[in-house]
Amino acid sequence: MERRTIFGHRLLPVALVAPQFLLTLVFFLWPACEAVWTSLTRQDPFGLHSQFAGFDNFVELFTDSLYRDSIGRTVFFMIAVSALSMSSALLLAVFADREIRGRMTYRTLLIWPYAIAPAMAAVLWILLLQPRIGLIGVLLNRHGVSWDYHLNDRQAMLVVVLACAWKQVSYNFIFFLAGLQSVPRSVLEAARMDGARGWHRFRTITFPLLAPTTFFLIVVNLVYAAFDTFGTIQALTQGGPGKATETLMVKVYRDGVVNLDIGSSSAQSVVLMIGVIALTALQFRFLGRGGRRESAA
Amino acid sequence: MKRRTLLAATAVAPLAAIDRAHGQSGKIQIVWWHAMTGVNADEINRLARAFSESQSEAEVQPVYKGGYPETLTAAIAAWRADQAPHLVQIFEVGTGSMLASGPATKQVWKLAEETGVALDPAVYIPGVRGYYSLSDGRLASMPFNSSTAIMWYNKDAFAAAGLDPETASATWPDVIAAARAIKAKIGTPAMGAVKFPITSSWMIWVQLEQYSAIHDLPFATKGNGFDGLDAELRFNAPQQVKQWDRLLGMAKEGLYEYGGRDTVPDALFYSGQAAIGFGSSAGRGQIAANAKFKWGAALLPIDPEVNANPINSIIGGASLWTMTTKQRTAAEYKAVAQFLKFLAIPEQDAHFHQTTGYVPVTFGGYEKSRADGYYEKQPGADIPIKQLARGKVTPNSRGLRLGRLAEIRNILYEETEKALQGQQSGKEALDNGTRRSDRVLREFQKSVGG
Repeated sequence: MERRTIFGHRLLPVALVAPQFLLTLVFFLWPACEAVWTSLTRQDPFGLHSQFAGFDNFVELFTDSLYRDSIGRTVFFMIAVSALSMSSALLLAVFADREIRGRMTYRTLLIWPYAIAPAMAAVLWILLLQPRIGLIGVLLNRHGVSWDYHLNDRQAMLVVVLACAWKQVSYNFIFFLAGLQSVPRSVLEAARMDGARGWHRFRTITFPLLAPTTFFLIVVNLVYAAFDTFGTIQALTQGGPGKATETLMVKVYRDGVVNLDIGSSSAQSVVLMIGVIALTALQFRFLGRGGRRESAA
Repeated sequence: MKRRTLLAATAVAPLAAIDRAHGQSGKIQIVWWHAMTGVNADEINRLARAFSESQSEAEVQPVYKGGYPETLTAAIAAWRADQAPHLVQIFEVGTGSMLASGPATKQVWKLAEETGVALDPAVYIPGVRGYYSLSDGRLASMPFNSSTAIMWYNKDAFAAAGLDPETASATWPDVIAAARAIKAKIGTPAMGAVKFPITSSWMIWVQLEQYSAIHDLPFATKGNGFDGLDAELRFNAPQQVKQWDRLLGMAKEGLYEYGGRDTVPDALFYSGQAAIGFGSSAGRGQIAANAKFKWGAALLPIDPEVNANPINSIIGGASLWTMTTKQRTAAEYKAVAQFLKFLAIPEQDAHFHQTTGYVPVTFGGYEKSRADGYYEKQPGADIPIKQLARGKVTPNSRGLRLGRLAEIRNILYEETEKALQGQQSGKEALDNGTRRSDRVLREFQKSVGG
């Protein structure tokens, strides 16, 4: 029998939805509209002179080779962070899914980094990798590797990718572990009976069955790498050396909050907003359909 | 009915505002946003307390708002929401932006005129007040914590390298010679913790802005921006390129360690890793607290081939801006003016100078510190003052009045970091820096409608 709650009153549902609706309106829709509007203007920091500038800010952005570089850098960064954090999370999840002693302890420990604030995560990595005071940094320099991420583009990128990926491993781990646990044991056992070895079994059975989880995580990780890594990068390198680790998000902050170039930074956040809308739409479209197909099969 | 409620509300609103300004004690509350931490914040709190106790009408409430850039941003956002503090501490590079703030701020001369509280620019040391004055000499903001760039050196390391620890290198050729002598002895027991000869905090401020000022070289046209928003940058002249090539050459030779942006390299000097550290004179307290070696302060080295008669260096630090809101009353402005006047009392200025390491901003504060015997007790504490007062101020040494200067510094950091990695030459770094920074200046000019 299907149970359904019927609201006799019209006001009650409205009242129940209102808080969430208001929050979205005040903290998301309103600022977003404001950003779209300011992206079309040229303003001084105090808002004393505001001229309508049409699409000038956007034209300036996309004709600026530094901005185009930043897009490329962000895409590289997103892919690197997602690939690294997802692959290590999958590896850890596979091991934690086995029958081993202290399984719960491992799992708990692996989930911890997720609870660490971005700036704290950055400090931990600084204590490890800083060339003069960091444990690993000092060791590297002592053994003839000239390690200084304040001055070396590639090393700086490596450091921010490591730190940002590490923070996301826990999240991915939880999802992969849950995904692994929902792989039907009977299928795995049947494969084992047929003589499929570990790696072969993983490649042909487990991994395909994890596909919906994997796809979901890809989108979440890309969004994370693009939007949630600002704190870690800012604390580690402030986007330097040069512009080596300046992702789009760091640039929005730099131009808007530090440089007070409100028009341009609004235009950049509008570009980012379009990006995140596209990613979300992609997720809905493919995950919605893909997920259903999986369950149908 | 509804209209009446609205009317009543508008009638009550200003009363509520006045109440807020009076606080619980019935005194006028002056809100002061600042960006100081540690010893400096203690001193800010002390000043606020001392003023509140010195009279019975007003109280100052200091509020820490984060670093300098955050404080500037917060002040602007607050003004746009009509919630600006009475006073805000704005770093020197924000001066250009604040001058374009129109009705958001009340400049010092106007505050004095309106409140009748005399705020005489002549009590402030010229090198300090020049940075915060309009071109006709009227004060725009109140000089507060000011420092300049100097050279700190490790006397033990100098002795270990066979150099005279009591005479610091005065010219760049001397600095290079000293650095080579130090480098030759690194690793020996006498050299201790020293790992490399030289580092520099605030590389752009110290090695380019200050270098240009003391050698009387223009940083930008239009008197470094004082005479108009249409100034163009000029720091890629051969003399400055020479300095950049020198630093890059020293980095390549292992004499100069970049260390990072802004204050990051500070620790390299006081931890004993760098034998010479360029930085703010306000670093004195920190060095005294941390350094486990004998250290000294010295004037910035000069290049005699560029200019054998160096002039004054320029200041860094911050000044206090008076901000407006719609409901702010004449009594509040008057209290602000009285507080600003209070800060210039020799005892207060001298106390601030001696506890924080910032230079005194008034003649009175300097005289008082001298009378106290402070400079005999703290040898070298007068080096920044001597350097600021050296020679005659020219349009090149008055300071910089450029919009979005913080962004220009970042651009220069970026280009220099590329050069340090060998991706471009010193000239290319400064040329690219000039080109990109000029664009920033034009954007600023457009945005303020100049």
